[in-house]
Amino acid sequence: MTSTAGLGPGPRRGAGPPTRNAGRWRTRVVLGVPAALALLLLVVPLVALLLQADWARIPSDLATPTVLPALRLSLTTTSITAVLCLLLGTPLAWFLARSDHPATSWARALLTVPLVLPPVVGGVALLMTWGRNGLIGQHLAPFGIQIPFTTVAVVLAETFVAMPYYVLAVEASMRGLDPRLESVARTLGAGDLRYLRTVAVPLVLPGIASGLALAWARALGEFGATITFAGNFPGRTQTLPLLVYVELERDPQVAISISIMLLAVSVLVLGVLRGRWLR
Amino acid sequence: MSTAPARVSRRHLALAAAALLALLAACGASTTPSGTTGTAGSDSAPAGGTVTVLAAASLTESFDALARDFEAANPGVSVETSYGSSATLVQQVNNGAPASVLALAGTSAAEPLDPSLRKDTRTFATNSLEIATPPDDPGNVTSISDLAVPTVKVVLCADTVPCGAAAQATFRKARIVPNVVSHEVDVKATLAKVKLGEADAAVVYRSDVVAAKDAVRGVEIPPQLNTTLAYPVITLTDDAATRAFVAYLLSPAGLATVQSFGFDAP
Repeated sequence: MTSTAGLGPGPRRGAGPPTRNAGRWRTRVVLGVPAALALLLLVVPLVALLLQADWARIPSDLATPTVLPALRLSLTTTSITAVLCLLLGTPLAWFLARSDHPATSWARALLTVPLVLPPVVGGVALLMTWGRNGLIGQHLAPFGIQIPFTTVAVVLAETFVAMPYYVLAVEASMRGLDPRLESVARTLGAGDLRYLRTVAVPLVLPGIASGLALAWARALGEFGATITFAGNFPGRTQTLPLLVYVELERDPQVAISISIMLLAVSVLVLGVLRGRWLR
Repeated sequence: MSTAPARVSRRHLALAAAALLALLAACGASTTPSGTTGTAGSDSAPAGGTVTVLAAASLTESFDALARDFEAANPGVSVETSYGSSATLVQQVNNGAPASVLALAGTSAAEPLDPSLRKDTRTFATNSLEIATPPDDPGNVTSISDLAVPTVKVVLCADTVPCGAAAQATFRKARIVPNVVSHEVDVKATLAKVKLGEADAAVVYRSDVVAAKDAVRGVEIPPQLNTTLAYPVITLTDDAATRAFVAYLLSPAGLATVQSFGFDAP
């Protein structure tokens, strides 16, 4: 199965000279073996998860009282994160796509830092910002506003890790717009915002959708920043990945069942988005 | 001419294969029990090797000191330590993590351990619970009953890890429902929330309060409400270096080191 997947239905050019044919086979083997290995490295763990599952137990495992609140919390916080990305990230992507100012490339470089930062470090940074003694948090505390250990903290952690994915995806798709479209729109009397609303946004809609899907999936899987910054409390900050971690110590089978549900939810959402937007 | 690129890619392939083999060999080596067999029969003088110690998070400071002392007394033997919640460590060992010694918080934490892996079990210390608050005590915590005050943010260990289960037992005895804001994954993560000043109080081990020195303030829990845990050390491999390390831990010098970090005698 893997060998055919690695080789693919290459173009058949009829009977070439034997040496060329041999060269082609060598290339196929040289590329095909690592390609098949890459595929195995990615697919085998998912298959192992499915094989390890006790399918008959999944319904009762998912009825564990901690699962429903965690699922609800995960869906709520990731949806809010997606909306925040849409509302705040789209304008940022627009500025990044249009400007060639040196400050823009600096902004873009800064944006990629959360992308490569270990999420736990992100969680510490968020504590240093929004915590009771943090940069911003210390000014909120006198008003009785405390962010850590709340659902707001979960959303902040998810937005911190997910927003860069969204902005970079949308920026790339905005850069792909034909600049002549904008000058035509201007000669027809459209201002910046009107051009954006009637021309640019509809054209980059697939980019926005794929950015949202990426950001949403990243937010759904977020663990490190959440447990560091928001803590772990059922119904308030315990999202599905945190529940998987805790249940692994109590009952690994429940953890596997939840993991399969997470896998199914992610595949479902990405599948729906792909079918509608990302052909 | 046409063979030149092929030769290059073949060389690359060989390189990749060699790297892969090296990787596999490294993985294979690390799954075999670590430590070499020293001179037979003499526990006091192992020839060398590595002792891999997985220890409960609450043992971080004491086992760091213990490993340093042991390495100084036994040149050629190196001790590798890794700390985590006892529940996580037992799962790791059950799943084949290479370890020579497992030191856990509480005997019940050892129950899920695969019995075939266990060579020997000894108790080396006991530990009890204590409340930790930030040094400036923002929540005005003077006794365990203050943890039920709705404005006091309390952080506990998750009840799947020993310190969490022990804290729950103590709260049941005290008939108190604490105002918990987070269930952390191990005792050090719990303590960290207090050290950072984000929580008003945490229920941790007495040894953690001792180890944290001035970073936290301790509030005693009365003995009749407190929960005491016995710490077992479990030998997983049968080699001279491992035997020597466990013997050192159970020796008067080793026990004194552990007790200097706030643990009690077994």
